[in-house]
Amino acid sequence: MPAAVMQRIARSPGLARLGVIVMLLAIWEAAARWVVDPLFLAPPSRVVTSLGAVLGTRGVPAALQITVFELAVAFAISVAIGLVVGLVVGLHNFSRRSFMPIILLLYGTPQVTILPLFILYFGIGPASKIAFGVTHGMFPIIMTVAAGVQNIKPILLVSARSMGASSVQILRHVIFPHMIPSFFTGMRLGMTGVLLGVLLAELYVSTAGIGYFTTLFTQNFDPTKLLGLISILAAMAIALNEIVRRLEVRFARWRD
Amino acid sequence: MNAGGARSTSAAGSHAVQIGFVVGLVVLWYLAATRWGVSSILLPNPITVARDLWEILRTGEYVDDLRVTLTELAAAFAISATSGVVLGYLISRSTYRIRVFEPLFAAIYSVPIILFLPLYVLFFGLGPPSKIALGATISFFPVVLNTIAGFGYVDRLLITAARSMGASDYQLFRFVLLPAALPVILTGMRMGFTVALLSIIGSETIASLAGLGHRIVHLAEAMEMARMFAYIAFVVAIAAFLNVVVSTLEKRGRRF
Repeated sequence: MPAAVMQRIARSPGLARLGVIVMLLAIWEAAARWVVDPLFLAPPSRVVTSLGAVLGTRGVPAALQITVFELAVAFAISVAIGLVVGLVVGLHNFSRRSFMPIILLLYGTPQVTILPLFILYFGIGPASKIAFGVTHGMFPIIMTVAAGVQNIKPILLVSARSMGASSVQILRHVIFPHMIPSFFTGMRLGMTGVLLGVLLAELYVSTAGIGYFTTLFTQNFDPTKLLGLISILAAMAIALNEIVRRLEVRFARWRD
Repeated sequence: MNAGGARSTSAAGSHAVQIGFVVGLVVLWYLAATRWGVSSILLPNPITVARDLWEILRTGEYVDDLRVTLTELAAAFAISATSGVVLGYLISRSTYRIRVFEPLFAAIYSVPIILFLPLYVLFFGLGPPSKIALGATISFFPVVLNTIAGFGYVDRLLITAARSMGASDYQLFRFVLLPAALPVILTGMRMGFTVALLSIIGSETIASLAGLGHRIVHLAEAMEMARMFAYIAFVVAIAAFLNVVVSTLEKRGRRF
Protein backbone atom coordinates (compact mmCIF):
# COMPACT_ATOMS: atom_id res chain seq x y z
CA MET A 1 0.00 0.00 0.00
CA PRO A 2 1.39 3.45 -0.85
CA ALA A 3 2.68 5.49 2.06
CA ALA A 4 0.23 8.33 1.40
CA VAL A 5 -2.76 6.00 1.86
CA MET A 6 -1.29 4.58 5.06
CA GLN A 7 -0.83 8.08 6.40
CA ARG A 8 -4.37 9.02 5.56
CA ILE A 9 -5.69 5.97 7.40
CA ALA A 10 -3.46 6.72 10.37
CA ARG A 11 -4.92 10.21 10.60
CA SER A 12 -8.55 9.20 10.34
CA PRO A 13 -9.94 6.56 12.69
CA GLY A 14 -13.19 6.58 10.72
CA LEU A 15 -11.44 5.16 7.67
CA ALA A 16 -9.71 2.54 9.80
CA ARG A 17 -13.06 1.58 11.31
CA LEU A 18 -14.46 1.15 7.84
CA GLY A 19 -11.42 -1.01 7.04
CA VAL A 20 -12.11 -3.22 10.06
CA ILE A 21 -15.73 -3.68 8.98
CA VAL A 22 -14.71 -4.50 5.40
CA MET A 23 -12.14 -6.99 6.70
CA LEU A 24 -14.72 -8.71 8.92
CA LEU A 25 -17.13 -8.94 5.99
CA ALA A 26 -14.34 -10.38 3.81
CA ILE A 27 -13.55 -13.05 6.44
CA TRP A 28 -17.24 -13.87 6.69
CA GLU A 29 -17.53 -14.04 2.89
CA ALA A 30 -14.50 -16.33 2.60
CA ALA A 31 -15.62 -18.56 5.46
CA ALA A 32 -19.13 -18.91 4.05
CA ARG A 33 -17.88 -19.65 0.54
CA TRP A 34 -15.12 -22.12 1.23
CA VAL A 35 -15.14 -23.36 4.82
CA VAL A 36 -18.58 -23.55 6.45
CA ASP A 37 -21.39 -25.81 5.29
CA PRO A 38 -23.81 -23.67 3.19
CA LEU A 39 -26.69 -25.11 5.21
CA PHE A 40 -25.54 -23.01 8.16
CA LEU A 41 -23.96 -19.83 6.87
CA ALA A 42 -24.50 -17.65 3.83
CA PRO A 43 -21.91 -15.16 2.50
CA PRO A 44 -22.83 -11.49 3.01
CA SER A 45 -22.88 -10.85 -0.75
CA ARG A 46 -25.68 -13.37 -1.18
CA VAL A 47 -27.50 -12.07 1.92
CA VAL A 48 -27.57 -8.59 0.42
CA THR A 49 -28.77 -9.78 -2.99
CA SER A 50 -31.45 -11.90 -1.32
CA LEU A 51 -32.96 -9.01 0.64
CA GLY A 52 -35.45 -8.53 -2.18
CA ALA A 53 -36.40 -12.21 -2.03
CA VAL A 54 -36.88 -12.00 1.76
CA LEU A 55 -39.21 -9.02 1.39
CA GLY A 56 -40.93 -10.85 -1.45
CA THR A 57 -41.64 -13.92 0.70
CA ARG A 58 -45.35 -14.14 1.27
CA GLY A 59 -46.19 -12.80 4.73
CA VAL A 60 -42.86 -11.16 5.53
CA PRO A 61 -43.89 -7.55 4.77
CA ALA A 62 -47.04 -8.06 6.84
CA ALA A 63 -44.94 -9.57 9.65
CA LEU A 64 -42.62 -6.57 9.64
CA GLN A 65 -45.63 -4.28 9.71
CA ILE A 66 -47.04 -6.15 12.70
CA THR A 67 -43.71 -5.87 14.51
CA VAL A 68 -43.47 -2.13 13.85
CA PHE A 69 -47.05 -1.74 15.06
CA GLU A 70 -46.27 -3.71 18.25
CA LEU A 71 -43.15 -1.63 18.87
CA ALA A 72 -44.99 1.66 18.34
CA VAL A 73 -47.93 0.80 20.57
CA ALA A 74 -45.72 -0.69 23.28
CA PHE A 75 -43.49 2.39 23.22
CA ALA A 76 -46.43 4.81 23.39
CA ILE A 77 -47.96 2.94 26.35
CA SER A 78 -44.57 2.73 28.09
CA VAL A 79 -44.03 6.47 27.74
CA ALA A 80 -47.53 7.27 29.01
CA ILE A 81 -47.28 4.95 32.01
CA GLY A 82 -43.69 5.96 32.68
CA LEU A 83 -44.49 9.66 32.65
CA VAL A 84 -47.55 9.42 34.90
CA VAL A 85 -46.12 6.95 37.40
CA GLY A 86 -42.74 8.69 37.37
CA LEU A 87 -44.34 12.06 38.17
CA VAL A 88 -46.65 10.65 40.85
CA VAL A 89 -43.86 8.71 42.53
CA GLY A 90 -41.15 11.32 42.07
CA LEU A 91 -42.95 14.50 43.08
CA HIS A 92 -43.22 13.69 46.77
CA ASN A 93 -40.46 12.55 49.07
CA PHE A 94 -42.66 10.12 50.88
CA SER A 95 -44.05 8.37 47.82
CA ARG A 96 -40.59 8.25 46.27
CA ARG A 97 -39.07 6.60 49.32
CA SER A 98 -41.99 4.20 49.60
CA PHE A 99 -42.35 3.12 46.00
CA MET A 100 -38.92 3.50 44.40
CA PRO A 101 -37.55 0.37 46.13
CA ILE A 102 -40.54 -1.60 44.85
CA ILE A 103 -40.04 -0.27 41.32
CA LEU A 104 -36.32 -1.02 41.45
CA LEU A 105 -37.08 -4.52 42.69
CA LEU A 106 -39.55 -5.14 39.85
CA TYR A 107 -37.12 -3.67 37.33
CA GLY A 108 -34.39 -5.97 38.63
CA THR A 109 -36.36 -9.20 38.36
CA PRO A 110 -35.75 -11.28 35.25
CA GLN A 111 -39.06 -10.65 33.50
CA VAL A 112 -38.34 -13.21 30.85
CA THR A 113 -39.29 -15.92 33.38
CA ILE A 114 -42.91 -14.76 33.20
CA LEU A 115 -43.02 -14.60 29.40
CA PRO A 116 -45.20 -17.78 29.19
CA LEU A 117 -47.72 -16.06 31.48
CA PHE A 118 -48.05 -13.15 29.06
CA ILE A 119 -48.89 -15.56 26.27
CA LEU A 120 -51.42 -17.25 28.53
CA TYR A 121 -53.10 -13.98 29.55
CA PHE A 122 -52.89 -12.05 26.29
CA GLY A 123 -52.90 -14.80 23.67
CA ILE A 124 -50.37 -15.49 20.94
CA GLY A 125 -51.24 -12.39 18.90
CA PRO A 126 -49.81 -8.85 19.07
CA ALA A 127 -51.38 -8.11 22.49
CA SER A 128 -48.92 -10.32 24.39
CA LYS A 129 -45.94 -8.81 22.55
CA ILE A 130 -47.15 -5.29 23.31
CA ALA A 131 -47.73 -6.14 26.97
CA PHE A 132 -44.30 -7.72 27.29
CA GLY A 133 -42.69 -4.76 25.56
CA VAL A 134 -44.45 -2.38 27.94
CA THR A 135 -43.20 -4.16 31.06
CA HIS A 136 -39.66 -3.85 29.71
CA GLY A 137 -39.99 -0.27 28.53
CA MET A 138 -41.85 1.46 31.33
CA PHE A 139 -39.48 0.91 34.25
CA PRO A 140 -36.49 2.87 32.90
CA ILE A 141 -38.85 5.74 32.00
CA ILE A 142 -40.45 5.71 35.46
CA MET A 143 -37.02 5.80 37.08
CA THR A 144 -35.52 8.57 34.98
CA VAL A 145 -38.65 10.73 35.21
CA ALA A 146 -38.77 10.30 38.99
CA ALA A 147 -35.06 11.11 39.21
CA GLY A 148 -35.46 14.13 36.94
CA VAL A 149 -38.26 15.54 39.04
CA GLN A 150 -36.24 14.96 42.16
CA ASN A 151 -33.31 17.01 40.87
CA ILE A 152 -35.27 20.25 40.58
CA LYS A 153 -33.76 22.79 42.94
CA PRO A 154 -36.25 23.40 45.79
CA ILE A 155 -35.56 27.12 45.54
CA LEU A 156 -37.19 27.22 42.10
CA LEU A 157 -40.35 25.64 43.46
CA VAL A 158 -40.37 27.93 46.48
CA SER A 159 -39.84 31.07 44.43
CA ALA A 160 -42.49 30.06 41.89
CA ARG A 161 -44.95 29.44 44.70
CA SER A 162 -44.06 32.67 46.49
CA MET A 163 -44.74 34.54 43.27
CA GLY A 164 -48.20 33.03 43.34
CA ALA A 165 -47.93 30.23 40.79
CA SER A 166 -50.66 27.61 40.94
CA SER A 167 -49.89 23.88 41.01
CA VAL A 168 -50.71 23.59 37.31
CA GLN A 169 -48.47 26.54 36.49
CA ILE A 170 -45.63 25.06 38.52
CA LEU A 171 -46.05 21.73 36.74
CA ARG A 172 -46.16 23.44 33.35
CA HIS A 173 -43.42 26.05 33.77
CA VAL A 174 -41.03 24.64 36.36
CA ILE A 175 -41.29 20.89 36.57
CA PHE A 176 -41.79 19.97 32.90
CA PRO A 177 -38.91 22.04 31.51
CA HIS A 178 -36.58 20.58 34.12
CA MET A 179 -37.72 17.07 33.52
CA ILE A 180 -37.18 17.14 29.77
CA PRO A 181 -33.52 16.02 29.56
CA SER A 182 -34.04 13.07 31.89
CA PHE A 183 -37.34 12.27 30.19
CA PHE A 184 -35.57 11.88 26.85
CA THR A 185 -32.86 9.76 28.46
CA GLY A 186 -35.68 7.62 29.81
CA MET A 187 -37.24 7.40 26.35
CA ARG A 188 -33.95 6.13 24.93
CA LEU A 189 -33.63 3.48 27.64
CA GLY A 190 -37.32 2.70 27.25
CA MET A 191 -36.90 2.14 23.51
CA THR A 192 -34.09 -0.34 24.20
CA GLY A 193 -36.39 -2.12 26.64
CA VAL A 194 -39.37 -2.15 24.29
CA LEU A 195 -37.26 -3.59 21.48
CA LEU A 196 -35.96 -6.31 23.80
CA GLY A 197 -39.40 -7.19 25.17
CA VAL A 198 -41.22 -7.25 21.84
CA LEU A 199 -38.48 -9.22 20.07
CA LEU A 200 -38.20 -11.74 22.93
CA ALA A 201 -41.94 -12.34 22.84
CA GLU A 202 -41.91 -12.54 19.03
CA LEU A 203 -39.12 -15.12 19.06
CA TYR A 204 -40.85 -17.10 21.80
CA VAL A 205 -44.14 -17.64 20.00
CA SER A 206 -45.59 -16.05 16.92
CA THR A 207 -48.14 -17.02 14.32
CA ALA A 208 -47.73 -14.22 11.80
CA GLY A 209 -44.98 -11.95 13.16
CA ILE A 210 -41.27 -12.03 12.43
CA GLY A 211 -40.76 -14.72 15.07
CA TYR A 212 -42.71 -17.11 12.86
CA PHE A 213 -40.38 -16.46 9.95
CA THR A 214 -37.14 -16.70 11.92
CA THR A 215 -38.31 -20.11 13.12
CA LEU A 216 -39.37 -21.08 9.60
CA PHE A 217 -36.04 -20.08 8.03
CA THR A 218 -34.11 -21.82 10.80
CA GLN A 219 -36.05 -25.03 10.40
CA ASN A 220 -35.65 -24.93 6.62
CA PHE A 221 -31.89 -24.43 6.98
CA ASP A 222 -32.14 -21.27 4.92
CA PRO A 223 -29.38 -19.08 6.42
CA THR A 224 -29.53 -16.60 3.53
CA LYS A 225 -33.08 -15.55 4.27
CA LEU A 226 -32.59 -15.81 8.03
CA LEU A 227 -29.58 -13.47 7.89
CA GLY A 228 -31.48 -11.16 5.54
CA LEU A 229 -34.44 -10.92 7.92
CA ILE A 230 -32.15 -10.41 10.92
CA SER A 231 -30.32 -7.63 9.06
CA ILE A 232 -33.60 -5.88 8.26
CA LEU A 233 -34.67 -6.09 11.91
CA ALA A 234 -31.27 -4.93 13.14
CA ALA A 235 -31.42 -1.96 10.76
CA MET A 236 -34.88 -1.17 12.08
CA ALA A 237 -33.69 -1.34 15.68
CA ILE A 238 -30.68 0.85 14.92
CA ALA A 239 -32.92 3.42 13.22
CA LEU A 240 -35.34 3.54 16.17
CA ASN A 241 -32.52 3.78 18.71
CA GLU A 242 -30.86 6.49 16.65
CA ILE A 243 -34.07 8.57 16.49
CA VAL A 244 -34.53 8.61 20.27
CA ARG A 245 -30.79 9.16 20.81
CA ARG A 246 -30.81 12.21 18.52
CA LEU A 247 -33.86 13.55 20.34
CA GLU A 248 -32.06 13.02 23.63
CA VAL A 249 -28.95 14.89 22.49
CA ARG A 250 -31.05 17.71 21.09
CA PHE A 251 -33.20 18.21 24.17
CA ALA A 252 -30.32 17.84 26.59
CA ARG A 253 -28.85 20.95 24.97
CA TRP A 254 -32.14 22.74 24.66
CA ARG A 255 -32.31 23.67 28.34
CA ASP A 256 -29.10 25.68 28.41
CA MET B 1 -39.97 16.11 67.81
CA ASN B 2 -36.45 16.66 66.41
CA ALA B 3 -35.51 16.23 62.74
CA GLY B 4 -33.98 12.77 63.22
CA GLY B 5 -37.13 11.56 64.90
CA ALA B 6 -39.27 12.95 62.09
CA ARG B 7 -37.11 11.26 59.50
CA SER B 8 -37.26 7.87 61.21
CA THR B 9 -41.04 8.20 61.61
CA SER B 10 -41.40 8.87 57.89
CA ALA B 11 -38.97 6.01 57.09
CA ALA B 12 -41.17 3.73 59.18
CA GLY B 13 -44.13 5.03 57.21
CA SER B 14 -42.37 4.16 53.93
CA HIS B 15 -41.66 0.66 55.16
CA ALA B 16 -45.27 0.30 56.23
CA VAL B 17 -46.39 1.32 52.73
CA GLN B 18 -43.96 -1.15 51.15
CA ILE B 19 -45.06 -4.02 53.36
CA GLY B 20 -48.68 -3.06 52.88
CA PHE B 21 -48.21 -3.09 49.11
CA VAL B 22 -46.75 -6.60 49.09
CA VAL B 23 -49.28 -7.99 51.58
CA GLY B 24 -52.10 -6.33 49.63
CA LEU B 25 -50.93 -7.99 46.41
CA VAL B 26 -50.81 -11.43 48.02
CA VAL B 27 -54.25 -10.94 49.60
CA LEU B 28 -55.68 -9.80 46.25
CA TRP B 29 -54.09 -12.81 44.58
CA TYR B 30 -55.58 -15.13 47.21
CA LEU B 31 -59.05 -13.58 46.96
CA ALA B 32 -58.96 -13.62 43.15
CA ALA B 33 -57.99 -17.28 43.11
CA THR B 34 -60.40 -18.50 45.79
CA ARG B 35 -63.38 -16.14 46.02
CA TRP B 36 -63.75 -14.29 42.75
CA GLY B 37 -63.64 -17.37 40.61
CA VAL B 38 -60.58 -16.56 38.48
CA SER B 39 -59.70 -19.81 36.72
CA SER B 40 -56.87 -21.70 38.37
CA ILE B 41 -55.32 -22.05 34.92
CA LEU B 42 -54.84 -18.30 34.80
CA LEU B 43 -54.09 -17.76 38.47
CA PRO B 44 -53.36 -20.72 40.74
CA ASN B 45 -54.08 -20.53 44.47
CA PRO B 46 -51.05 -19.02 46.25
CA ILE B 47 -51.21 -21.74 48.89
CA THR B 48 -50.88 -24.44 46.25
CA VAL B 49 -47.98 -22.52 44.75
CA ALA B 50 -46.25 -22.33 48.13
CA ARG B 51 -46.80 -26.05 48.67
CA ASP B 52 -45.38 -26.86 45.24
CA LEU B 53 -42.40 -24.61 45.85
CA TRP B 54 -41.70 -26.39 49.11
CA GLU B 55 -41.98 -29.76 47.38
CA ILE B 56 -39.61 -28.67 44.60
CA LEU B 57 -37.06 -27.53 47.18
CA ARG B 58 -37.51 -30.64 49.33
CA THR B 59 -37.22 -33.24 46.56
CA GLY B 60 -34.39 -31.37 44.86
CA GLU B 61 -35.90 -31.91 41.41
CA TYR B 62 -34.60 -28.48 40.38
CA VAL B 63 -30.96 -29.57 40.65
CA ASP B 64 -30.52 -30.77 37.06
CA ASP B 65 -32.06 -27.68 35.47
CA LEU B 66 -30.22 -25.37 37.83
CA ARG B 67 -26.94 -27.07 37.00
CA VAL B 68 -27.53 -26.64 33.26
CA THR B 69 -28.39 -22.96 33.60
CA LEU B 70 -25.52 -22.15 35.95
CA THR B 71 -23.00 -24.03 33.80
CA GLU B 72 -24.13 -22.07 30.74
CA LEU B 73 -23.91 -18.84 32.73
CA ALA B 74 -20.43 -19.63 34.05
CA ALA B 75 -19.11 -20.57 30.62
CA ALA B 76 -20.66 -17.54 28.92
CA PHE B 77 -19.41 -15.13 31.55
CA ALA B 78 -15.92 -16.65 31.60
CA ILE B 79 -15.66 -16.20 27.83
CA SER B 80 -17.02 -12.64 27.76
CA ALA B 81 -15.12 -11.42 30.83
CA THR B 82 -11.77 -12.76 29.62
CA SER B 83 -12.09 -11.66 26.01
CA GLY B 84 -13.70 -8.35 26.98
CA VAL B 85 -10.98 -7.38 29.45
CA VAL B 86 -8.08 -8.53 27.26
CA LEU B 87 -9.40 -6.90 24.09
CA GLY B 88 -10.45 -3.80 25.98
CA TYR B 89 -6.99 -3.47 27.51
CA LEU B 90 -5.23 -3.91 24.16
CA ILE B 91 -7.49 -1.34 22.51
CA SER B 92 -7.16 1.15 25.36
CA ARG B 93 -3.38 1.33 24.95
CA SER B 94 -3.65 3.82 22.10
CA THR B 95 -6.02 6.72 21.55
CA TYR B 96 -6.11 5.86 17.88
CA ARG B 97 -7.32 2.33 18.52
CA ILE B 98 -9.94 3.63 20.99
CA ARG B 99 -11.27 5.96 18.30
CA VAL B 100 -11.38 3.12 15.78
CA PHE B 101 -13.01 0.44 17.93
CA GLU B 102 -15.09 2.13 20.61
CA PRO B 103 -17.77 3.55 18.26
CA LEU B 104 -17.86 0.19 16.47
CA PHE B 105 -18.58 -1.75 19.67
CA ALA B 106 -21.03 0.88 20.88
CA ALA B 107 -22.94 0.65 17.58
CA ILE B 108 -23.17 -3.16 17.71
CA TYR B 109 -24.19 -2.95 21.37
CA SER B 110 -27.21 -0.82 20.40
CA VAL B 111 -28.60 -3.69 18.29
CA PRO B 112 -30.83 -6.06 20.31
CA ILE B 113 -28.46 -9.03 20.17
CA ILE B 114 -31.28 -11.41 21.08
CA LEU B 115 -32.02 -11.23 17.33
CA PHE B 116 -29.02 -13.48 16.73
CA LEU B 117 -30.58 -16.30 18.73
CA PRO B 118 -32.17 -18.06 15.72
CA LEU B 119 -28.80 -17.87 14.00
CA TYR B 120 -27.00 -19.32 17.00
CA VAL B 121 -29.57 -22.10 17.24
CA LEU B 122 -28.84 -22.85 13.59
CA PHE B 123 -25.08 -22.90 14.23
CA PHE B 124 -24.89 -24.55 17.62
CA GLY B 125 -28.14 -26.50 17.98
CA LEU B 126 -30.72 -26.43 20.73
CA GLY B 127 -28.35 -27.49 23.52
CA PRO B 128 -26.22 -25.38 25.89
CA PRO B 129 -23.67 -24.16 23.27
CA SER B 130 -26.17 -21.79 21.62
CA LYS B 131 -27.05 -20.32 25.05
CA ILE B 132 -23.40 -19.94 25.97
CA ALA B 133 -22.68 -18.23 22.65
CA LEU B 134 -25.58 -15.82 23.01
CA GLY B 135 -24.82 -15.03 26.67
CA ALA B 136 -21.15 -14.49 25.85
CA THR B 137 -21.96 -12.21 22.90
CA ILE B 138 -24.40 -10.08 24.85
CA SER B 139 -22.22 -9.70 27.94
CA PHE B 140 -19.02 -9.08 25.94
CA PHE B 141 -20.05 -5.53 25.04
CA PRO B 142 -20.55 -3.98 28.50
CA VAL B 143 -17.28 -5.60 29.63
CA VAL B 144 -15.18 -4.43 26.68
CA LEU B 145 -16.70 -0.93 26.59
CA ASN B 146 -16.14 -0.41 30.32
CA THR B 147 -12.62 -1.81 30.12
CA ILE B 148 -11.79 0.65 27.35
CA ALA B 149 -13.36 3.47 29.38
CA GLY B 150 -11.53 2.37 32.53
CA PHE B 151 -8.04 2.02 31.08
CA GLY B 152 -8.37 4.57 28.31
CA TYR B 153 -9.39 7.60 30.31
CA VAL B 154 -6.88 7.42 33.16
CA ASP B 155 -5.63 10.95 33.90
CA ARG B 156 -2.55 11.52 31.65
CA LEU B 157 -0.97 13.52 34.47
CA LEU B 158 -0.86 10.44 36.72
CA ILE B 159 0.82 8.38 34.01
CA THR B 160 3.35 11.11 33.21
CA ALA B 161 4.09 11.60 36.90
CA ALA B 162 4.62 7.87 37.46
CA ARG B 163 6.82 7.62 34.37
CA SER B 164 8.93 10.60 35.34
CA MET B 165 9.48 9.03 38.74
CA GLY B 166 10.87 6.04 36.90
CA ALA B 167 8.01 3.52 37.08
CA SER B 168 8.49 0.40 34.98
CA ASP B 169 5.72 -0.91 32.68
CA TYR B 170 4.68 -3.40 35.31
CA GLN B 171 4.70 -0.80 38.09
CA LEU B 172 2.72 1.61 35.95
CA PHE B 173 0.11 -1.08 35.32
CA ARG B 174 -0.04 -2.35 38.87
CA PHE B 175 -0.02 0.95 40.78
CA VAL B 176 -1.55 3.49 38.38
CA LEU B 177 -3.63 1.97 35.61
CA LEU B 178 -5.22 -0.94 37.45
CA PRO B 179 -6.40 0.97 40.54
CA ALA B 180 -7.85 3.71 38.33
CA ALA B 181 -9.58 1.33 35.91
CA LEU B 182 -10.75 -1.43 38.25
CA PRO B 183 -13.96 0.20 39.52
CA VAL B 184 -15.17 0.92 35.98
CA ILE B 185 -14.24 -2.58 34.78
CA LEU B 186 -16.02 -4.18 37.72
CA THR B 187 -19.16 -2.22 36.91
CA GLY B 188 -18.93 -3.50 33.32
CA MET B 189 -18.51 -7.04 34.59
CA ARG B 190 -21.54 -6.73 36.85
CA MET B 191 -23.63 -5.40 33.95
CA GLY B 192 -22.31 -8.18 31.74
CA PHE B 193 -23.16 -10.81 34.33
CA THR B 194 -26.72 -9.53 34.69
CA VAL B 195 -27.42 -9.45 30.95
CA ALA B 196 -25.77 -12.86 30.51
CA LEU B 197 -28.12 -14.35 33.10
CA LEU B 198 -31.14 -12.70 31.48
CA SER B 199 -30.24 -13.74 27.96
CA ILE B 200 -29.48 -17.32 29.00
CA ILE B 201 -32.83 -17.73 30.76
CA GLY B 202 -34.46 -15.97 27.79
CA SER B 203 -32.89 -18.24 25.20
CA GLU B 204 -33.79 -21.29 27.30
CA THR B 205 -37.36 -20.03 27.24
CA ILE B 206 -37.35 -19.57 23.47
CA ALA B 207 -35.57 -22.70 22.27
CA SER B 208 -33.86 -25.32 24.41
CA LEU B 209 -33.77 -28.85 25.74
CA ALA B 210 -33.01 -28.23 29.43
CA GLY B 211 -32.47 -25.50 32.01
CA LEU B 212 -34.67 -23.42 34.27
CA GLY B 213 -36.19 -21.37 31.43
CA HIS B 214 -37.01 -24.59 29.61
CA ARG B 215 -38.64 -26.03 32.73
CA ILE B 216 -40.96 -23.01 33.08
CA VAL B 217 -42.06 -23.27 29.43
CA HIS B 218 -42.51 -27.02 29.76
CA LEU B 219 -44.81 -26.55 32.77
CA ALA B 220 -46.71 -23.78 30.97
CA GLU B 221 -47.33 -26.07 28.02
CA ALA B 222 -48.44 -28.85 30.37
CA MET B 223 -50.80 -26.34 32.05
CA GLU B 224 -49.31 -27.13 35.46
CA MET B 225 -49.77 -23.57 36.57
CA ALA B 226 -49.12 -23.85 40.30
CA ARG B 227 -45.86 -25.65 39.69
CA MET B 228 -44.90 -23.12 37.04
CA PHE B 229 -45.53 -20.20 39.42
CA ALA B 230 -43.39 -22.01 41.99
CA TYR B 231 -40.56 -22.35 39.48
CA ILE B 232 -40.87 -18.69 38.49
CA ALA B 233 -40.54 -17.72 42.15
CA PHE B 234 -37.54 -20.04 42.45
CA VAL B 235 -35.79 -18.57 39.39
CA VAL B 236 -36.49 -15.00 40.47
CA ALA B 237 -35.01 -15.80 43.90
CA ILE B 238 -31.92 -17.37 42.31
CA ALA B 239 -31.46 -14.38 40.02
CA ALA B 240 -31.88 -11.94 42.92
CA PHE B 241 -29.36 -13.93 44.98
CA LEU B 242 -26.80 -13.96 42.14
CA ASN B 243 -27.27 -10.23 41.56
CA VAL B 244 -26.71 -9.49 45.25
CA VAL B 245 -23.55 -11.65 45.23
CA VAL B 246 -22.19 -9.86 42.17
CA SER B 247 -23.02 -6.39 43.51
CA THR B 248 -21.30 -7.25 46.80
CA LEU B 249 -18.21 -8.48 44.94
CA GLU B 250 -18.22 -5.28 42.89
CA LYS B 251 -18.33 -3.11 46.02
CA ARG B 252 -15.61 -5.17 47.68
CA GLY B 253 -13.42 -4.89 44.58
CA ARG B 254 -13.90 -1.13 44.42
CA ARG B 255 -12.57 -0.75 47.93
CA PHE B 256 -9.51 -2.78 47.03
